[in-house]
Amino acid sequence: MTGVYVGMPAFPTAARAATRNAQLRANLTRATHTIRDRRARAVAELEDWEGLRQAGKAIKDETLAHLDDYLLQLEAKVTEAGGTVHWARDADEANRIVTELIRATGGSDDQPHEVVKVKSMATQEIGLNEHLAAEGISAYETDLAELIVQLGDDLPSHILVPAIHKNRTEIRDIFRERMGEWGRPAPEGLTDTPADLAEAARLHLREKFLRAKVAVSGANFMVAETGTLVVLESEGNGRMCLTLPETLISVVGIEKIVPTWRDLEVFLQLLPRSSTAERMNPYTTMWTGTHEGDGPKQFHLVLLDNGRTQTLADEVGRQALRCIRCSACLNVCPVYERAGGHAYGSAYPGPIGAILTPQLRGTASELDASLPYASSLCGACFEACPVAIDIPEVLLHLRERVGREAKEHGGHRLERAAMKAATYAMTHPAVYRAAENAAVRARKLIPKKVPFGAGKAWTETRDLPELPEQTFRQWWKETHR
Amino acid sequence: MRIALFVTCVNDLAYPGTGIAAVRLLERLGVEVAFPEAQTCCGQMQYNTGYPSAAVPLAEKFGKDFAGFDAVVVPSGSCGAFIRDVHPKLVEGAVPPVYELTEYLIDVLGVEQVGAYFPHKVAYHPTCHSSRLLKVGDRPTRLLRAVEGLELVELPGAAECCGFGGTFSVKNPDVSAAMGADKVTHAVESGAEYLVAADNSCLMHIGGTARRSGAPIKTIHLAEILAATRETVNA
Ligand code: SF4
Repeated sequence: MTGVYVGMPAFPTAARAATRNAQLRANLTRATHTIRDRRARAVAELEDWEGLRQAGKAIKDETLAHLDDYLLQLEAKVTEAGGTVHWARDADEANRIVTELIRATGGSDDQPHEVVKVKSMATQEIGLNEHLAAEGISAYETDLAELIVQLGDDLPSHILVPAIHKNRTEIRDIFRERMGEWGRPAPEGLTDTPADLAEAARLHLREKFLRAKVAVSGANFMVAETGTLVVLESEGNGRMCLTLPETLISVVGIEKIVPTWRDLEVFLQLLPRSSTAERMNPYTTMWTGTHEGDGPKQFHLVLLDNGRTQTLADEVGRQALRCIRCSACLNVCPVYERAGGHAYGSAYPGPIGAILTPQLRGTASELDASLPYASSLCGACFEACPVAIDIPEVLLHLRERVGREAKEHGGHRLERAAMKAATYAMTHPAVYRAAENAAVRARKLIPKKVPFGAGKAWTETRDLPELPEQTFRQWWKETHR
Repeated sequence: MRIALFVTCVNDLAYPGTGIAAVRLLERLGVEVAFPEAQTCCGQMQYNTGYPSAAVPLAEKFGKDFAGFDAVVVPSGSCGAFIRDVHPKLVEGAVPPVYELTEYLIDVLGVEQVGAYFPHKVAYHPTCHSSRLLKVGDRPTRLLRAVEGLELVELPGAAECCGFGGTFSVKNPDVSAAMGADKVTHAVESGAEYLVAADNSCLMHIGGTARRSGAPIKTIHLAEILAATRETVNA
C-alpha cells in the first residue's frame, strides 16, 4: 500500500482525536447500530446461516490452498474470452500498468484523460487515484459515498459506506462547495434531504458517464471456470461504469477468486445479508471478456498481489484472505465505533483492517505495529463474520509477531520484562505471596492519579480499586485450616 | 467428587470477597471445596498481550496445582474460557474439567434456586468472554431471577464490550475509557442499583469509571449476590 494514508500516527493517538469528536461519534454510532440491528434480522431469517457460513469458509479455504491453479485457470479463461490479464506484484506495478493502459486509449490536450470508477477497495489500497492525479489523469468516483469522500478531499472510513462519518448537512455543504470544481455544480438551493442529495449526485455523475472512455473497477468475485468477474452494488452507477465506456480496467486482489459459478450461490447470500442487510443486493453485474457490439471493446484484468502471497504463507494469518469485504465486523466493533475508520490508517478499517493491513504491509511502521492491539478481544467481529474469520485469533498471532520483531530491534523492553517478571513471580509461590502481602500492606500508598506510564493511562479516567486488608489466601488460611 | 476453587489472581489480591462468597455459597450447597494454595494465575494476560511463551509455565503450573481434582470451579468467565480453550494448546496433558461458577451450579449441581436473598434492583452485564467464549448463555440470569427480593432490570446495549480488554485498557486508554463511559451510562439508564457480572476485571474497569465520574451505580460480582442470605444482608 502506498500514498494515501502514509504518515499516520499510531492507532491509540489517531483514535484519541476521534473519541473526542462528539459529532463523529454520534454519526458513527447511529449508522452502525442501525445496520447491525438490520443485519441481525436479515441473518436470523435463514435457518441454515451457520451452514452457509461454514460453506463460505470452506470454499475460500479450498481456493486459497490451490490459489495458483485457479489463477492460471482464470487467466486462460479471461484471455480466451478476449480480455488481457496483467500481473502486479505491488502497488507501484499496479499503478504503472493502469496508467499505461489509460494512456494507450488516446486522449489529447482538449480532451484530457479521465476515467470513471466504480467503488473499489483494491484501488484504494494501492492509492490509484492519487497516482493518476499525479500523472495528470482525473479519476471520478461514481459511488455516492465515494463521491462525497472525493469531493470533500477526505479519506474513506468504512468499507461499505466510505462517508459514514459524515451526516446529511455536512454532505450538502460539500456538494454545494465542491461539485462545481469537478464538473456539473450542485443545483441552486440544494437541501439536505436524501432525495435532493441523490438527485444532485445523479445529474453530476450522468455527465461524467456519458463522456468517459475508460472505466476502472474492482470486483467482489472472479469465477475461475469461466473467467467472469462479479460486482455487487446498490446504486447502479457501477453498472454504468461496467457497460458504457469503451475500455474497462479491473484491478482485483488475487484472493477474490472462486472456482465455479456454483460457489457464487453461497456468497451471493452471505454478502448482501452481512453488508447491507438485504436478501439480495439491487445490482449484480457480471462480465466476461469482450463481446462484439456489447459493452466495453477492451477488457483488462490487473491481478494484484501487494502482500497477499506473503499473507498466504502464514498459516494462522491467511484466514484474513477469506474476507469478502462485507463490513459486518466494522458495524459490530465497539472500538471502530469510537475510533472511527481513519484511525486504522488504511483502506481497510475496523477489525478486518487490524488483521489485514499489518499482514499486507508488514509491521515495520508504528501504525501497523499498533493495529493488532486495537481490539479489546471482545469477539463480536468473529461472531458476525460470514466467512468465520477468527479475528481475535489472528490479532493475538500478530501481537506475538510484533513482540518478536520488537525484540529483534530492542523494542517493547519494559513490557517484555514485565510479562516475564509476572510469570516468574507467579511460578514461584514464595515470591508471589511476598509480592501480594506487600501490595496489601501498601494499599494506602496507591495514589489516586498515577502521573506516568500504564498507571497514568488507567487513572486518568478511572479509579483503581482500593486493595482489601486481606487477600483471599489469607482468609482461607484463617478459616479453613 | 473432589472440587477445587481457582480463585484467580485478580480476585485473590483485589477482590477476595468474590472468592469468599464462592466458598460460602458452595459450602452452603453442600459442596466440599478445596483451595490448592500453590495456585496463582492462568497466564491470560501474558498470552493476550502477545507473549504466549510466558503463559506456558503458568499453564503447566495450573495443570500440576489442580491435578487429581474432579473439577475446578472458577468465578471468572474470562479465566475459565482461557483455561478451557487455550491451555490445551499450550501444554500437553489433561486439564481437569473447568467450570465457571454458574455452569457448575446449573450443569453439575443442577440448582437454580440457591437460597439467596438480595433485595435490590440489579442489571446483568454479560461480559464478552463469559458470553462469547464460554457461552454461559442465560445461566447467570436464571440464577439471578431465582434470588429472593431481587429485581432484574434490562441493561441497554448489554452485549457490548465494556472496554476493559486486559492490556487494551492501558494500550488504548481513550477508546477503552469511551467504551467504559458508555457502559456506565447504560447501567445508570437501566435504573439498577447494582451492575452485576461474573468477571471482576471488567467490573474493576466499569466500577472505577463510575466512581471517578460519580455515577450512581455500584458494581458487584455475581457470586456475592448468590452468597447473600437474609442473615448476611441484615447483619
Ligand atoms: S472480516 Fe468478515 S465480517 Fe469483516 S469485512 Fe471481512 S468478511 Fe466481512
